[in-house]
Amino acid sequence: MTAACNGTGGIVAAVIIGLALLVVVPLVVDPIFLIELTSYVILAILALSLGLIWGYGGILCFGQSAFFGIGAYAYAIAVINMGDSTIPLILSIVVPALFAALLGYFLFYARITDVYFGVITLTVTLILYKLMGTTSGSAYTIGNAAIGGYNGIPAIPPLNLPGSPTTFLSLDGLFYAAGLTLLAVYVGLRLMLKSRFGQVVVAIRENERRAELLGYDARFYKLAAFTIGGGIAGLAGCLFANWGMFISPDVFGLAQSAQVIIWVIVGGTGTLLGPIVGCFLVQWIATQLGTQQVLNANLVLGTILIGFVLLVPKGITPTVLDLIERTCQRRSYAKPLVEKRSVS
Amino acid sequence: MSAECVLETRGLEKRFGGVVAISSVDFNLKQRELRCLIGPNGAGKSTFFKMLTAQIKPTTGQILFEGVEITKAQPHQVSQLGIGIKNQVPDVFNNLTVRENISVAARSRHGKARAAAIASEVTERLGLTGLVGRLVGELAHGQRQWVELAMVVALEPKLILLDEPAAGMTADETNRTAELIREVNKTAAIVVVEHDMQFIKQIAHTVTVFHQGRVLVEDTMENIQGNELVREIYLGKADDD
Repeated sequence: MTAACNGTGGIVAAVIIGLALLVVVPLVVDPIFLIELTSYVILAILALSLGLIWGYGGILCFGQSAFFGIGAYAYAIAVINMGDSTIPLILSIVVPALFAALLGYFLFYARITDVYFGVITLTVTLILYKLMGTTSGSAYTIGNAAIGGYNGIPAIPPLNLPGSPTTFLSLDGLFYAAGLTLLAVYVGLRLMLKSRFGQVVVAIRENERRAELLGYDARFYKLAAFTIGGGIAGLAGCLFANWGMFISPDVFGLAQSAQVIIWVIVGGTGTLLGPIVGCFLVQWIATQLGTQQVLNANLVLGTILIGFVLLVPKGITPTVLDLIERTCQRRSYAKPLVEKRSVS
Repeated sequence: MSAECVLETRGLEKRFGGVVAISSVDFNLKQRELRCLIGPNGAGKSTFFKMLTAQIKPTTGQILFEGVEITKAQPHQVSQLGIGIKNQVPDVFNNLTVRENISVAARSRHGKARAAAIASEVTERLGLTGLVGRLVGELAHGQRQWVELAMVVALEPKLILLDEPAAGMTADETNRTAELIREVNKTAAIVVVEHDMQFIKQIAHTVTVFHQGRVLVEDTMENIQGNELVREIYLGKADDD
């Protein structure tokens, strides 16, 4: 069991399960819920990006939503001007990745420590929130795209087949596109973490000084991981702009920034499955709470978060994996326990 | 300095505010030399090591490694040039397995195949084969020291700095450490900071005594033991134990 969670076997299993869910889920859930579910899938990509840089890189970024929002705005502005969505899609990854690289360069090379890093990244996203809010009026247009201040950009054209601007992605299609993207990002990150680069990033999280004394430039590796995380968050932003066909400065807001962190805490840091599970669970609970009038939704969500931090501090996924592992261990006591942890 | 020289410091000095931790240290180490540093607590030995590996920057003075000035280098650059260090407190990756710890070290300066060969050789040489799947954080203190030693050896450095390598080890483990040091010394220069005089006698030719941030005396182990001044500041106290 534990061996199956590891290595190539685990990745193949993840692909099969992921594809199976993609095929089966639209057949069994009602269409309205499928739209809801599509947003969970998109936000899970955002959660994965923080799962990478916080869970594996040890970098607590409180402003992951900044890259999400920049990706969304980059896509929206570019696609309104270009019509064809191919280049805007690429821009939605490249622009936030470059922004992350620039921001990260100053922070990592100045050796800003953890707490300050969190404060600065939070400030950056809040600055972007205010900044985008001031862009109402006809003076603030880029080409044909009016940025629209706090009203945001409405009627964003959806993704189309590359080279064929008239073949748009339907809402059902977006579910498959988002699902495949989530799966691709997950598998890509699994492979990356198995590589030398991934191992070094984890080693730096464990002990930065030791990694440097072994000859690795921690600043560079952290910057690279941070940039990749920024690109992934931007891609999620692009899909999110597609989902609502609308984007506003709220994506940079405090609520959005905090939410990403909550998903990762609930799902569990140090795994890739955790942030996905956390995102789905918290978003689902939030939706369910929204349908009733008895209790204040935020109050209940807050209680759940406090409960998690106190009772399940490692998050759902690591706790469940530990339980499975312990059960396996008891059953096959004679077997030596090699490859104890799993990168899930 | 001559080509023979692997490490040289000139007028090295470190002040923390008003406290002078290291003052005008001129230190020379030949290729494949094995040197011990001794001195009472606070003599500046660890500070000296940290400056050699760029963990802290000297206030004034120069550090040269194989004739190249590394005074202003970054820690990873110093490591890439070929200096490996084991810090005083076990400095390892606690949540990674023994295998992963050693392989990360071996991959630093070598390609995949060569690194795998070095990693398995070092693992066997240090008797860690039975522990490869264990998390380093779960190991005993002595075993963690060995993992760190293995990581340093896996780098294949030209100069190895060992800050109290035998601390917390059993007599048997200490003997094995001494053996290992002599073996690694065939290919690398080594500087060892230790308090265990038996251990130093096992390995050292030349001993440098630090006292209050300065080099007090530099001589063979026999002469050092006979030196009145050294006995007074250091060995004398040890004899009282």
